[in-house]
Amino acid sequence: MTPAEIGGIVAMQGFAGLSLFSVLLLMALGLAIIFGQMGVINMAHGEFMTIGAYTIFACSQLTTKYFPGFQPYYFPLAILVAFVIAFVVGYAAEYLLIRHLYKRPLDTLLATWGLSLAMQQTFRSMFGAKEVSATLPEWLMGSVKPSESIDIPINGLFVMGLTTLVTGIVFLMLYRSRWGLRVRATVANRTMSNAIGINTKKVDRLTFAIGCGIAGIAGAAFTTIGSTGPTSGSLYIVDAFLVVTFGGAASLLGTIASAFGIAQTQSITEFFLTGSMAKVLTLLFVVTVLMLRPQGLFVSKIRR
Amino acid sequence: MQTIFQNIMGGRRGTLNLAILAVLLIVVFPLAVDIFRLNLIGKYLSYAFIAIGLVMLWGYGGILSLGQGVFFGLGGYCIAMFLKLEASDPITTKIQSTPGIPDFMDWNQLTALPWFWQPFHSFSFSLFAMLAVPVLLAFIIGVAMFKRRVGGVYFAIITQAIALILSVLIIGQQGYTGGVNGITDLKTLHGWDIRTDSAKYILYFINVGLILLAILACRWVISSKLGLLLLAMRDKEDRVRFSGYDVANFKIFVFCLSAALSAIGGALFTLQVGFMSPSFVGIVPSIEMVIFAAVGGRMSLEGAVYGTLLVNFGKTFFSESFPDLWLFLMAALFISVVLVFPDGLAGLVKKWMDRRRDKKPAPRAEPILGGAIENSKTSNGPTSKSMTEPLQSSNPQAV
Repeated sequence: MTPAEIGGIVAMQGFAGLSLFSVLLLMALGLAIIFGQMGVINMAHGEFMTIGAYTIFACSQLTTKYFPGFQPYYFPLAILVAFVIAFVVGYAAEYLLIRHLYKRPLDTLLATWGLSLAMQQTFRSMFGAKEVSATLPEWLMGSVKPSESIDIPINGLFVMGLTTLVTGIVFLMLYRSRWGLRVRATVANRTMSNAIGINTKKVDRLTFAIGCGIAGIAGAAFTTIGSTGPTSGSLYIVDAFLVVTFGGAASLLGTIASAFGIAQTQSITEFFLTGSMAKVLTLLFVVTVLMLRPQGLFVSKIRR
Repeated sequence: MQTIFQNIMGGRRGTLNLAILAVLLIVVFPLAVDIFRLNLIGKYLSYAFIAIGLVMLWGYGGILSLGQGVFFGLGGYCIAMFLKLEASDPITTKIQSTPGIPDFMDWNQLTALPWFWQPFHSFSFSLFAMLAVPVLLAFIIGVAMFKRRVGGVYFAIITQAIALILSVLIIGQQGYTGGVNGITDLKTLHGWDIRTDSAKYILYFINVGLILLAILACRWVISSKLGLLLLAMRDKEDRVRFSGYDVANFKIFVFCLSAALSAIGGALFTLQVGFMSPSFVGIVPSIEMVIFAAVGGRMSLEGAVYGTLLVNFGKTFFSESFPDLWLFLMAALFISVVLVFPDGLAGLVKKWMDRRRDKKPAPRAEPILGGAIENSKTSNGPTSKSMTEPLQSSNPQAV
């Protein structure tokens, strides 16, 4: 092997890791808000992602049917629609179900699992049991070739860009907006927040809905990588929870760091072993670390 | 004798409950249905072991494990490995390129039996491993988690991750485990054909006997001091700790107990159904098993059996006749069992019985111990007090 080829492999490998990192991070961001900040175990998180994915599919179908000329541009708009739909469904779910269960975390887990089953069946009735994929605009296809041995797919770059954007927005919202201030106050001390006039119930509802909306964006982004089926969401759920728990539940920075760590571990082991063994080793690594350090990598300084 | 009657049989009421269950399982079912359906019931009853284990772990211990499928699967696989080795003797497998090894190994170009399959030639070792492997795993997980005071939600997530790891591992290592298909084509146990009708009857009755034994054993645990401590721990963990008890050890014990029960269920499943596959190990089956216990009533051992039977009858009936409805119904079960009737069927029955008893002029005196447990249950509200505690106690950062 020439040095250039080795360089190419390293670059490709690095890119694969980064790509997986952005996927994991995007997946975990919504959960970092819902589980990390609010402490709600939302087992239906994966299904909210699937909502986003199916929204993209529906939008692409509608565009090709009614506005073929709009085809190259529909994607960004569809992502917004995905956010809105997931947001609305999340808002409703909080109102109807989650708010009755804030003090019973284990029961929330069961109830949201029920919710996820209902959502899966709804998807199946609406879109069929077969996996579907959206018709992507031309500019998302293909790859960039900076040199002979390096070949970087554009959809990977797109997901990375979107992840950076969404992460930035979440950071700004949590740390530079009134909503973020209220969320952090509620997390730190609910009773006191209530006492100083924050409507914590409203904050909860909005927070949950925003988390679900972000899950919708994540699902939308994943349509550029793979196809969507009624049960696709459940494939992500454990990964997402592990990323958030591994990073330290209440810390957004921790979520980013743990997504990075898990993604790199997995893509490096994947290079040497089969995919399933890489997955097993990565999960084992995460579980072992969590057993040794149950609070996760980053501990938030909130006194509870 | 009197204490045995009170503690293990649970007084008059407990004896009656157990007798009703025993008559239903031993007399009514075998007389009412044909062997095909009875075998199906036997399959459901093997799940009931998991539900009983979950009543102990979740109802009394307040620990929700989403990885019971792991132990069910490990128990089942240990027996399946023995049966598979017996089924693939050199004569029946002589068309393979390497006769004498299980067929899926041959398909995956293995030429010798892997080392960890070797001891499964012995039936006594397989029986021992069927219990020892799951309990050992539960012990390791339990020590690692509970000694560090990880509990509640975090424990649930980690057990779920373990279920995922094991199912991915089994599916990935096709040559050693049979992959997605699992271990199939099991024929004989020490030359005794397990596929005949008479064998199915015998296995069914063994299953029923073990269920009743398991219920009695769990009642014994519940009525002992250990059972009271479990309840106390579930409700106010810190107070038990401040009283000088090592809370972690009780949790480890009850987790190992539930693992052992699940493993027995897995072994009986393998014997009655004739295969074992990773589809019983993963996340979805493991969480479905929780609903069995929840429907029956998370505090009731007999309820767990009824709940398992009911959910599985429902599943079979609906997925045959109205496949689209089944998931919605399951969803409704999960949600309503949390919101509407948190004590499950047993809770509903108890409420009904209490209402009837209240109409009578003289209420019957409760046995002292039973009364104490009863009080701690009712005074703390229906949905197990531990759930009403804020996330703090389940959060490792708090302690």
